[in-house]
Amino acid sequence: MSAPKELSRGVWRENPVLIQMLGLCPALAVTNTVANSLAMGIATFFVLCGSSLLVSLFRNLIPAQVRISAYILIIATFVSIADLSLEALVPTVHKALGAFIALIVVNCMILGRQEAFASRNRVGPALLDAVGTGAGFMIALLLMGSLREILGAGSFLGVPLFGESFEPWIIMILPPGGFFTLGFWLLLLAWLHKRRAARGGETAGGEAGAARRVA
Amino acid sequence: MTEAPQVSPLRLVATLAIAGSVAGLALVSVFEATLPRIQAHKQAALERAIGEVLHAPARFETLYERDGGLSPEPPAGVKDPERVYLGFGEDGRPVGFAIVAADPGFQDTIRLIFGYDAGKKTLLGMRVLESKETPGLGDKIEKDDKFVKQFDGAGAPPVGVRAGTKSKPEEIDMITGATISSKAVLKLIDGAIDQWKPLLEAHLKETQ
Repeated sequence: MSAPKELSRGVWRENPVLIQMLGLCPALAVTNTVANSLAMGIATFFVLCGSSLLVSLFRNLIPAQVRISAYILIIATFVSIADLSLEALVPTVHKALGAFIALIVVNCMILGRQEAFASRNRVGPALLDAVGTGAGFMIALLLMGSLREILGAGSFLGVPLFGESFEPWIIMILPPGGFFTLGFWLLLLAWLHKRRAARGGETAGGEAGAARRVA
Repeated sequence: MTEAPQVSPLRLVATLAIAGSVAGLALVSVFEATLPRIQAHKQAALERAIGEVLHAPARFETLYERDGGLSPEPPAGVKDPERVYLGFGEDGRPVGFAIVAADPGFQDTIRLIFGYDAGKKTLLGMRVLESKETPGLGDKIEKDDKFVKQFDGAGAPPVGVRAGTKSKPEEIDMITGATISSKAVLKLIDGAIDQWKPLLEAHLKETQ
C-alpha cells in the first residue's frame, strides 16, 4: 500500500469511531465540549503514535508469547506521560477529562493498531498508520464535540453563538446526548455511503464499511 | 501472529523485566519533571479560592489541627493533617477562616471552600472547588451566581429553604431542580463548622 493510503485509511475509509466503532467509550464520554474533545484527541494521538513507533521498532525483539503484555506496558507508559503532562500544562482540561485520560490505556483502537499493524510493519508505514488513525479519531471526536457544544451550550470553544435568547438543549451535554450525536453522525455517514454506492462511484472498502455498519 | 516459535521462559521474563524497568524509569523522570508545576497549579488554585472566600485578605496563614488546638506547625508524623486558613486584613486583624470540606453530592464528591467569621458567626463566601454535579442542574451550586452570592454574609450555620422564600440572614434559597446538590453544600458547611467551631473560637481567644 502506498504512503498516502496508509495515512488516509484511518482518517476516513476505516475511521476508528465512525466506521470501525472502536474507542466509543471516550467518544461518548468526553465530547460534551469542543475543548475536551480536542484535548482527548491530542492525548490519544500522542499515545497511538508513540506506541506504534516503539512496537514497530521492537517488533522483532518482543516474543509473541508476551507481546500483549509488552504492548500494554508501552501504551500505559505513554498514557501516564500524557496524563502527567496535561496536569502540568493545562490543569483545567485535565480536571474536565478526569479518569478518561488514564482510561486511554484500555482504548481498544490503540491496542488494535499495535496488534493488527505496527507489529507487522516497518517503522515508516506504522507511523503513517498511527497518524492517520489518530487523526481520524480526533476528527470523529471533534464532529461529536462541535454538535454537542453548539446545541447543548449554545457555544463553540466557549464562545457564545446565539445570544441570550437561546435556550440550550442541556440533554446534548448529558450522557444521552452523546448517544444521540453518535447516532446522528452514523446515520448521516451511512446515508452518504449508500447514496454514493447507488451512483456506482464507491470504493470496495467504503462499501464494506457501510455494510458492516448497517449490520 | 500465526506461528509462535518456542522461546525460552528466561527470555520472556527478561523481555518484560527490561521493558518494565525502562517504562518505570520513563515514568519516574516525567513524574519528577512535572511535579513542581502540578503542585504550583494546585497551590495557586487554593490561594485564589482563599482570596475569593475571604474577600482578598492581605495575607493568610495555614493552621493545623494539633493536640486538640490550632497550630501553625503541622503535627509530627501525620500525613496530610487537617488544616484551616486564617486570613488577616491590612490592619493585621484576622478577618476569618477559610475551611475546605468535601463529601459526596449527587454524582460524586463535592469539594468546596468557605469563609467563616468565627467571632460574628457569619459566612463570608463559598466557592465549589470540585464537583461533577449534573450540568445545567446540579452544577448551579458553582455556576449560579445568585445561589453562590447568598453565602456572602449569611448567618451561620446556614439553613436551606425553598427557592424564593429566604427571609432571615441564615436562610439560603435552595436551587429548584438541584435539591440534593444544594442540600449537600449546606450539609458540608454545617458539618465543617460543627467540627471546627470550638478550635477556631479557642484559637481567636488565645491570640487576642
